[in-house]
Amino acid sequence: MQVLGLYNYWVVIVLMMAGLYIMIARYNLIKKMIGLGVFQTSIFYMYITMGKVHGGTAPILEDGIELYSNPLPHVLILTAIVVGVATTAVGLALIVRIFEQYKTIEEDEIKAIEALEHDS
Amino acid sequence: MKLYERQRHRVLQIVTKLIIPFVMLFALYVQFHGDYGPGGGFQAGVIFASAFILHGLIFGLQRTRQVITPTALRILMALGVLIYLGTGIYSMLLGGNLLDYNVFAHDGKHGQHWGIFAVELGVGVTVTAVMISLFYSFASKR
Amino acid sequence: MIADQLPALTIVLPMLAAPLCVLARRPLACWVIALCANFLAVLSAWGMFWQVRDDGVIRYALGGWAAPTGIEYYVDMMNATMLLLVSFISCVVLVYAYRSVNKSVQSAKHYLFYAAWMLCLTGLLGICITGDAFNVFVFLEISSLSMYMLIAFGNDKRALFASFRYLIMGSIGASFILIGIGFLYAATGALNMVDLAQRIPDAESQRAVLVAFSFLTIGLMIKSAVFPLHGWLANAYQHSPVAVTAFLAGTATKVSLYVLLRFFFSIFGPGYSFGSMFLNVVLLPAAVAGFLMLSLVAIFQTDLRRMLAYSSVAQIGYIIAAFCLASQSGLTAGIVHIINHGIIKTVLFMSVGCILYRVGHTHSNSLDNLFHKMPLTVTAFILSGLGLIGVPLTVGFVSKFSLISASMERGWWMIGALVLLSSLFAIVYIGRVVEIMLFRKSRNSTPEPVGRHEAPMMMLIPMYVLIGISIWFGVSGSTTLAVASEAAAALLGGYQ
Repeated sequence: MQVLGLYNYWVVIVLMMAGLYIMIARYNLIKKMIGLGVFQTSIFYMYITMGKVHGGTAPILEDGIELYSNPLPHVLILTAIVVGVATTAVGLALIVRIFEQYKTIEEDEIKAIEALEHDS
Repeated sequence: MKLYERQRHRVLQIVTKLIIPFVMLFALYVQFHGDYGPGGGFQAGVIFASAFILHGLIFGLQRTRQVITPTALRILMALGVLIYLGTGIYSMLLGGNLLDYNVFAHDGKHGQHWGIFAVELGVGVTVTAVMISLFYSFASKR
Repeated sequence: MIADQLPALTIVLPMLAAPLCVLARRPLACWVIALCANFLAVLSAWGMFWQVRDDGVIRYALGGWAAPTGIEYYVDMMNATMLLLVSFISCVVLVYAYRSVNKSVQSAKHYLFYAAWMLCLTGLLGICITGDAFNVFVFLEISSLSMYMLIAFGNDKRALFASFRYLIMGSIGASFILIGIGFLYAATGALNMVDLAQRIPDAESQRAVLVAFSFLTIGLMIKSAVFPLHGWLANAYQHSPVAVTAFLAGTATKVSLYVLLRFFFSIFGPGYSFGSMFLNVVLLPAAVAGFLMLSLVAIFQTDLRRMLAYSSVAQIGYIIAAFCLASQSGLTAGIVHIINHGIIKTVLFMSVGCILYRVGHTHSNSLDNLFHKMPLTVTAFILSGLGLIGVPLTVGFVSKFSLISASMERGWWMIGALVLLSSLFAIVYIGRVVEIMLFRKSRNSTPEPVGRHEAPMMMLIPMYVLIGISIWFGVSGSTTLAVASEAAAALLGGYQ
């Protein structure tokens, strides 16, 4: 039962592997960015689930409550989310400009164009 | 009766006009309660920017650009970072370490209050400007 | 008062320059702002270097919150050396960049270019100075994101795709580092590096620490382009604006190597990393294969920038091999090579940038007789090329000699021999280009009028400043060796 009891970590692992696989296996650049998003989200989940204390409440001081969840991982991950947004924005901006220059966002087609131009 | 360019979005346009002030108000609430309650500059900035993005989606990019111009956004973007760093440098001038808010007032608690307020304001301004300009730059591409 | 605030100023000044650049917008004004901020950062790094050397470790509590609660900046000899190296190289290349960037970046984007440069510098300096593991990740992403921007600034459209590939690889690397830090936090409940170093020995048996170690190793190997994971580097270096390449080659991978050192030696401790985790079994073959194969690959490159990029990966192989010795002398050799290679590779890319500026391309096969056209640039290329090979009285000799003697000390004769073999390859790839530039007659039937057409002074002077320093470091090798051995001692001695 311990394996099922840690279901939150299973979610993290499945998402992480899915994201990594999309990034490696897909040629479409947008799909790569989606993969990156899934991958990063899995890390956010990992941190958030790590900070949760069973039975603990939100870490706001109040009378009669003794057990609080650990707020630190959540705060850390807020920073990581901002970084993730920035990464996605930069990546998408690059894709837009790649599309303007190459007229495609398929990695293999871009490589074919580059090889063609290199030879000539 | 004044007619809008795109009549078929009439309902959306009216509702948007009703919603936008409340979105902004909520953003300000999140901004200024960020020191003691849940909230803060980043969330508030995103909510505030979402009001402009909603405006842009419904009324078209051209009209939103008249409301807040890209030049203004560029200045706001820099200004927010400067507010943040200015707070840090001011605390250094008063003899504390970087971003040591305790030196801002006679007692530490008030100092912390002022410091967090200023820093979150800087964050909020920058995030708002960045989010809107992200929307502009992606929406202006066809 | 200012002396106490130097750690903060080093980070704040370049960070302050970025929004000011965005406000100023005129290219010249932005350049002046960036240069001033960078110069002040160099001064404060210099000040800190001497403070640390005289009085020992500096600990600076950000926001007045003391160490385990708050984020602190922790400066020992290792950090101080890196801070000085990074800020100085950036400053010199920034002087050089003005003319070079005028030609390779649209002038409407210059303000963004300098702002991104300053943010990148902030990130790199921040990684070096911080004493908090999560803060490393934040600064790493600040520097990486602005680096992707800088690479994509060029007029070359291939730069865009190179930047995108770097973004994907770099984000995977950074995310792995983030996972590693997360597991470390889960196992020990600490993020402060000093705290982590104290708590890890008790938690060593936990599987979380093992997992954290593995993720950090892979993430840092991607970030510092260690041999099998160097795929992003060649394209990024070849296609980005050449001033950016010079800046990156001298600083970015070096800073990642510093993080690697910090985690393996200060936080996990050499006993754990190399003793119980057998890190050298993984890293040493990768390093050796890296410096042999990529030196070999570099021989067959027809583009100067690509050749130098592969040579960079090979040099990282030397540095990693030196780390794997895990001894005082090995670490000293690695750190000396970080300094020396940072300087000479920057000069090499700068001279290639001068060639690009005047000739318009960097195909090594059509640079016949370049010496008569650009004698100073070619001289710079040769001088630093000799350094790359490791000819006596150059910096390369200092670092290779200390690497070989460190490996002899450990009894690993093979490593020394292989380093010499790969130096032979370096002779071939540098020599081939030099031969073309110096001796080969133009094959064109109507030779172009050979007049002197040297690169502008503003590009030559910074280049020769760095060459002067590299010659100084080469002739009196003890200067850098002394600093590096103090830095190595600081790393091996653990936190005080």
